[in-house]
Amino acid sequence: MNAFFALLIRDIRLATRAGGSAMLAVVFFAAVAALVPLGVGADLKLLGRIAGGVLWVAAVLAALLSLDRIFQSDFEDGSLDLVVLGPLPLEAVVLAKMCAHWLTTGLPLTVLSPVLALLFNLPAGGYDALIASLALGTPAISAIGAIGAGLTLTVRRGGLILPLLILPLISPAVIFGAGAILASLDGLANGAFPLLGAFSFVAVLLSPFAAAAAVRLNLQG
Amino acid sequence: MSERGLSWATIFEFANPKRFMDVSGWIIPWLAALTAILIGSGLFLAFRVPPDYQQGDTVKIMFIHVPAALTSMMAYGAIAFASLLGLVNRHPLADVAAKTAAPLGATFTALALITGSLWGRPMWGTYWVWDARLTSFLILFFLYLGYIALWNAIEDEVRAAKAAAILALVGVVDVVIVKYSVDWWSTLHQGESIFRLGGPLIAPVFLWPLFLMMGGYAALFVLLWLIRIRTEILARRARALLRHEV
Amino acid sequence: MTALSGLDIEALSLWRGERMLFCDLALSVGAGEALKLEGPNGSGKTSLLRAIAGFLEPRAGTIRVRTNNGEQFAGGEERAEFVGWLGHQDGAKSQLTPLEALSFYARYYGSTACVEEVLQLVGLSRLGDLPAQYLSAGQKRRLALARLSLSARPLWLLDEPLASLDASGKALVAELVAQHCKDGGLAVIATHEPLGFEGPRLTLGNGQT
Repeated sequence: MNAFFALLIRDIRLATRAGGSAMLAVVFFAAVAALVPLGVGADLKLLGRIAGGVLWVAAVLAALLSLDRIFQSDFEDGSLDLVVLGPLPLEAVVLAKMCAHWLTTGLPLTVLSPVLALLFNLPAGGYDALIASLALGTPAISAIGAIGAGLTLTVRRGGLILPLLILPLISPAVIFGAGAILASLDGLANGAFPLLGAFSFVAVLLSPFAAAAAVRLNLQG
Repeated sequence: MSERGLSWATIFEFANPKRFMDVSGWIIPWLAALTAILIGSGLFLAFRVPPDYQQGDTVKIMFIHVPAALTSMMAYGAIAFASLLGLVNRHPLADVAAKTAAPLGATFTALALITGSLWGRPMWGTYWVWDARLTSFLILFFLYLGYIALWNAIEDEVRAAKAAAILALVGVVDVVIVKYSVDWWSTLHQGESIFRLGGPLIAPVFLWPLFLMMGGYAALFVLLWLIRIRTEILARRARALLRHEV
Repeated sequence: MTALSGLDIEALSLWRGERMLFCDLALSVGAGEALKLEGPNGSGKTSLLRAIAGFLEPRAGTIRVRTNNGEQFAGGEERAEFVGWLGHQDGAKSQLTPLEALSFYARYYGSTACVEEVLQLVGLSRLGDLPAQYLSAGQKRRLALARLSLSARPLWLLDEPLASLDASGKALVAELVAQHCKDGGLAVIATHEPLGFEGPRLTLGNGQT
């Protein structure tokens, strides 16, 4: 347990220092969100309607940006070997890194999202659903993203194929997440939340095994 | 063992596929004939089917679209199964099977998407309306592309095989969830007018050509698959030989 | 440090991708021994070390460690808890200072050693608060040695430990290894250069039988 938290804190520290990924994800999120109205026009009613979807897509892209570093940076300087030789099973190592990724990417994005939603004129009824759906769904992005990161660990410029691997796998989260926001705007019964929650739960539960298998495979060099 | 001696060990690693090469060698001509018969007769009957009261002659695209969609799903299932065998059994033939099936599956998926879009045009007025089934197939298409990209991205064949196998298995679990979520999504947005691309498939006059085409596509897939596996085995042997000439 | 009584390797056959490195390799290292692994580049020294550490699955053969309690561990992941690893790369995170890095490893590996003392042992006391990106290659290597000695693991696997070290650094390595062996540890060291003490050696070449 002590080892798990030691690893978690180390990864958070690394992500939040200069050159780390936390700030990058947040800035990218804001930039993408700001870009959409430029492309789509300033029709406030339209923006209010698409806010949930846009912020969800922006969140996925921002999380993707830092995902390929989740194992890569440790792999490159040899510290992944050292971490793997520690007392934790590889699945626990992966889980710690997934948690660190979420805490430094998914969580800040969730916190920032209502501010960006203001730019989109999201109607008042949507804010709760926005925050809740991102909070519930971003762990799935970190989880499934970790699988992709593990698989592309030894690929040169693996960051390029990572989105292609992850995006189809993560589409249910986007569908349910954005759908939850729309449903709450329309005042409909929100079946999306349980579905999103179930998806995230299963993703977080099972991903460490697949990601650990992938990392184990790539350590063979 | 001398340097030369070691090299032959590699080739004899693949000696087992010799049986596969022999068996597939004599299956292929028969399978080709069967494919031609099934597809030929299917198309023949399809052209003789009377126009549908709702969709006119365009309903005939169904005979190309539906089997393509089914074959694409079958191919993904085959990849998942071969991947599982490859991970558990470590048989090199399983890896080759999975790798070679992917571009075929992707092509059938693309065919399903294109014919689906063409089929929808006369009905919907546009080439694409995010119909639930087409959307699921679009995501499946991306899954295929990712799978193929992963195979190509990793240089070590053995490692690429295992990584791709992990991806295929994760994908197979996920694709079921994707299908469900897309269905859910499409009812959220288009509750009123989901035109099912299934159409009226009840009359026997529709069923026969459809079954023949489905059988023909399946046979075509297996035929092309066997040919690709043979080619891949030969390519690996050639590489192994080349490596030890150096 | 759980004491090991020995490392035994039998009939080991190791492949990299589609290339065989060697087959039917056997070696034994007892407590207090340091085995020197020699051989040209590409002969499989690093792969052998990685196989012993449990990263690389051998194609055939067994790698076994024996503890003083009479237990034996032949599985790759089971051996991990006994391994102290020093690879080609230094495992230094550029944004962390030596003190932070060592504190992390102390906590992670559950070591009770004093971080400041270990830093002093390797001669990095003055640089304890400098982020690793500002350290020279030799200093990063010393940091890696500090981390190794902190981890208190019985089986040391060192891959070219003398690289990027000056004469005093090399002497430090020899000292640490000697002390480790005196304390009952084992070591397998892949290196081109003389270590400064005599011991058993194994040469990997083309097609080891």
